[in-house]
Amino acid sequence: MIAAISYPLLQEYWWAIISLLGALLVFLMFVQGGQSLLYTVGKSKMQRTMLVNSLGRKWEFTFTTLVTFGGAFFASFPLFYATSFGGAYWVWMAILFSFILQAVSYEFRSKPANFLGSKTYEVFLFINGLMGTILIGTAVGTFFNGAQFSLNDYNQVTWQTGARGLEAVLNIHNVALGLTVFFLARVLALQYFNNSIDNKEISLRVRLQLWVNSIPFLVFFLYFVIALLLKDGFAYDPDTLEVSMERYKYWHNFIEMPLLLIGFLAGVVLVIWGIFSDMFFKPGKGIWFSGAGTIITVFCLFLLAGYNNTCYYPSVYDMQSSLNIRNSSSSEFTLGVMSIVSLLVPFVVAYIWFAWKAINTKKIDENEMNEGGHKY
Amino acid sequence: MFESIDLSLVNWSRAQFALTAMYHWLFVPLTLGTTFMIAMMETIWVRTGKPEWKTMTKFWMTLFGINFAIGVSTGIILEFEFGTNWSNYSWFVGDIFGAPLAIEGIMAFFLESTFIAVMFFGWNKVGKKFHLLSSWLVAIGANLSALWILVANAWMQHPVGTVFNPETARNEMTSFWEVLFSPVAINKFLHTITSGFVLSAIFVIGISGWFLLKKRHIVMARKSILVAAIFGLLSSAALIITGDGSAKQVARVQPMKLAAMEGLNDGIEGAGLILFGIVTNNEDYPDNDRMKKIAMRVEVPKALSFLSYADFNAFVPGINDLIDGNEKYGIMSAHEKIKRGKVAVEKLTIFKDARKNGDTQKAEELKELLISDDFQENYFKYLGYGHVNDTSFLIPNIAITFYSFHIMVMLGFWFVVVFVLALWYLHKGTLHKQRWFLWLSLLSIPLAYLASELGWLVAEFGRQPWVIQDLMPTTTAVSNINASSVKITFTLFAIIFTTLLIAEIKIMVRQIKIGPKHEEKGGQK
Ligand code: HDD
Ligand code: HEM
Ligand code: HEM
Repeated sequence: MIAAISYPLLQEYWWAIISLLGALLVFLMFVQGGQSLLYTVGKSKMQRTMLVNSLGRKWEFTFTTLVTFGGAFFASFPLFYATSFGGAYWVWMAILFSFILQAVSYEFRSKPANFLGSKTYEVFLFINGLMGTILIGTAVGTFFNGAQFSLNDYNQVTWQTGARGLEAVLNIHNVALGLTVFFLARVLALQYFNNSIDNKEISLRVRLQLWVNSIPFLVFFLYFVIALLLKDGFAYDPDTLEVSMERYKYWHNFIEMPLLLIGFLAGVVLVIWGIFSDMFFKPGKGIWFSGAGTIITVFCLFLLAGYNNTCYYPSVYDMQSSLNIRNSSSSEFTLGVMSIVSLLVPFVVAYIWFAWKAINTKKIDENEMNEGGHKY
Repeated sequence: MFESIDLSLVNWSRAQFALTAMYHWLFVPLTLGTTFMIAMMETIWVRTGKPEWKTMTKFWMTLFGINFAIGVSTGIILEFEFGTNWSNYSWFVGDIFGAPLAIEGIMAFFLESTFIAVMFFGWNKVGKKFHLLSSWLVAIGANLSALWILVANAWMQHPVGTVFNPETARNEMTSFWEVLFSPVAINKFLHTITSGFVLSAIFVIGISGWFLLKKRHIVMARKSILVAAIFGLLSSAALIITGDGSAKQVARVQPMKLAAMEGLNDGIEGAGLILFGIVTNNEDYPDNDRMKKIAMRVEVPKALSFLSYADFNAFVPGINDLIDGNEKYGIMSAHEKIKRGKVAVEKLTIFKDARKNGDTQKAEELKELLISDDFQENYFKYLGYGHVNDTSFLIPNIAITFYSFHIMVMLGFWFVVVFVLALWYLHKGTLHKQRWFLWLSLLSIPLAYLASELGWLVAEFGRQPWVIQDLMPTTTAVSNINASSVKITFTLFAIIFTTLLIAEIKIMVRQIKIGPKHEEKGGQK
């Protein structure tokens, strides 16, 4: 079956999978967004405990999605893995450090004799909330704005700046995406709190914070999108793989792939609709719209970066070193094998859904926190 | 094809990988084994309805949860370190190596993390049967994680199912089944998970023994010891068989590692297995300080030959045979391999130049040669040797490999003694009186961790200088960064992980002192 699929199609299929994982990751980063709001929304110890516990039941998914995103990228586009991770060393390290801190914090925070004290673990969660979102967003920004590297004949990377990737934060377009992701994650987290916690004071504060965070989210997002549409892009010739600059590349991509444009717009509308629904109508349901909208929008953005003969990891130092889905992928055989494996994904999604439903029958409230079951 | 080598960079990168891997491995083995024991205990509870079994299940689960969190946080680093610190490696083998990592995420990690949520939060929310199923799925998920990463590791110890593609300058996969079912991978997987089972069994016995010493939670402690001792004894049998299997594989595919494990300089027929020995400098080789000598040796005659080749009189090659070759036994010398490796590198360079200069005809002709079976089998197979100039570079660190191997094996037999004695005293009903034994079991916990880490030292130090056996030396695998960056990240990792380890141990000890929460009869819907 797989043998019948051509190599270019396999490459496109895998770019779509990477895009989907990236989109899921951005949505699931509501956990990080929530971590950055613990002290803003939770004014008492009990309230913070409720917030931490509601996030705590989901953090593993975000984490595992990040791990799988990394693994899938490695398997399908190893040259990106080697180029970006080995090159932009410090950005990725900074992201990793913040995730180490996160992973232990939930489990250790409320345990007796935890050495560093609960407060420290809450600070760890905050650091991860802040750095995880902004830096991942900024790093994804380089998919459009490029990075400073060159590859030799043997595809080995040389990075051209001493900052090893941290220079990405000097580019306003990248940072705009980073801040977009940050504020989006916070908005989603607020909607998630509405959905999963039953507490009056928390809902009141969530309401206010929705305003406080939606506005900067929209501003940064609009800025990023407009700048993107006006940008020159790195196009490549599908036959020779030669890279050249194209004016308004991303705008052209939208026009030439109208489905993407429709998806993108629909996603944005869903996100905004979800926010409105939490603000003005029934609090608690908005997360479904905004969540789905986030996934669709980010998915389309990733596709925009890699499809239609676009380089998804441009090198602003040496144009011809830019990575695209043709020159950076695994071999046809490996992509074929991996495609068979990818058939498992629907099953994975199905059992995750089933298991979540089974344990999410009731909102978190103070009683549950006092009951003495497993708690963070 | 690879540029100049900065040794300090390589060594810091190795140190960083070693540090993070060894930290990760402090937490993984306990996950591999306790999850199974927890599932067994819960099964007994579901079958019998006796509340003490639920008490036990929940108690060990709490300890597992603490351990799991930090296991996860150390694991993510390793995955990304392949890219950040070994980027040349990641490109060179990503076509093969990436696949198991991705499959691990899709198949194992999600399984584990989803059902862990049910395991911890589902007690009063899902039915007994579903909860039990979740506990089993966690155990299976954890061990599947081990499968895929070990397949990847086995592949670098013995690359199979691959060809070198000159166009992309990397190895590409030709057979997934060969990679997955490589005997090295199978042995490695079985030996490693059973080592995790043994460690976990020792952990449970040691802590339960402490409860008995303190005369607390006696019923739970005795039952836990019963489960753990049976599980541990069965696992030990499998551990020893697969350990022997691993040694046979090493003999077959990494003879230099075997020679280092036993400190064997000159090969012999009917080689003895060293039970005890001290590694000393070897004056016979004044200008090669990598060569060592084993002094004060106590040997089991012919056992090494038997262990490695299932034949008491088999020839076991020593370091010298591998370097200088041995015609009688058909062993190719390292000098010859280096010659062939250099041919491979040279032809590849000419090919690349032809491509770059647009000399298509020459490039196509060369390509024909490069992708031929003959060239792949006789030249690209030794590609890594093309970067070797001095044969002493090919000798791994003998002291580390030797001691690690021998201490691991000795401890393996010691744990069998622990399991047998535990069962014996339980059977006689005198376990709580054997204070010396209970103390020894408690002290065996660190020994189990030691054995486990040492096993990896054998595997990873023994394969040096190769990151991928015969194809890529560690020195060329490294990312092109400056050593000072790696020094900084190394230090940060060391500080963070050590701090978190201290926190983990303190929390764990406190939870053990608090002990289990006793369950009421019929407390579950
Ligand atoms: C509790 C831990 C433990 C114990 C008691 C043993 N092992 Fe082990 N051993 C491991 C834990 C381990 C490990 C950590 O799981 C390793 C590291 C890499 C691997 O494949 O497994 C390993 C590696 C390893 C290797 C190297 C494999 C390679 O380089 O690929 C050999 C030859 C053995 N073992 C043999 C034995 C024998 C003959 C034992 C006799 C009792 C034994 N081990 C006990
Ligand atoms: C050096 C290579 C390794 C890498 C890249 C790696 C990667 C990872 C990652 C990313 C995680 C976190 C997964 C999550 O989000 O749930 C993890 C956890 C885990 N890994 Fe590893 N790992 C390595 C070595 C090993 C080995 C050798 C084993 C077993 C033999 C193993 C078994 C596990 C298990 C059981 C877990 C679950 C968490 C735990 O309790 O520790 N890993 N690993
Ligand atoms: C979790 C158990 C493991 C431990 C304790 C461990 C230990 C080590 C140690 C001590 C080194 C340094 C060796 C030296 O420089 O001489 C090392 C290097 C390395 N290991 Fe492992 N290892 C483990 C699992 C793995 C696995 C599963 C993989 C691959 C899938 C792996 C891949 C590597 C690589 C790429 C290096 C760096 C290159 C090199 O030094 O050759 N390790 N490991």
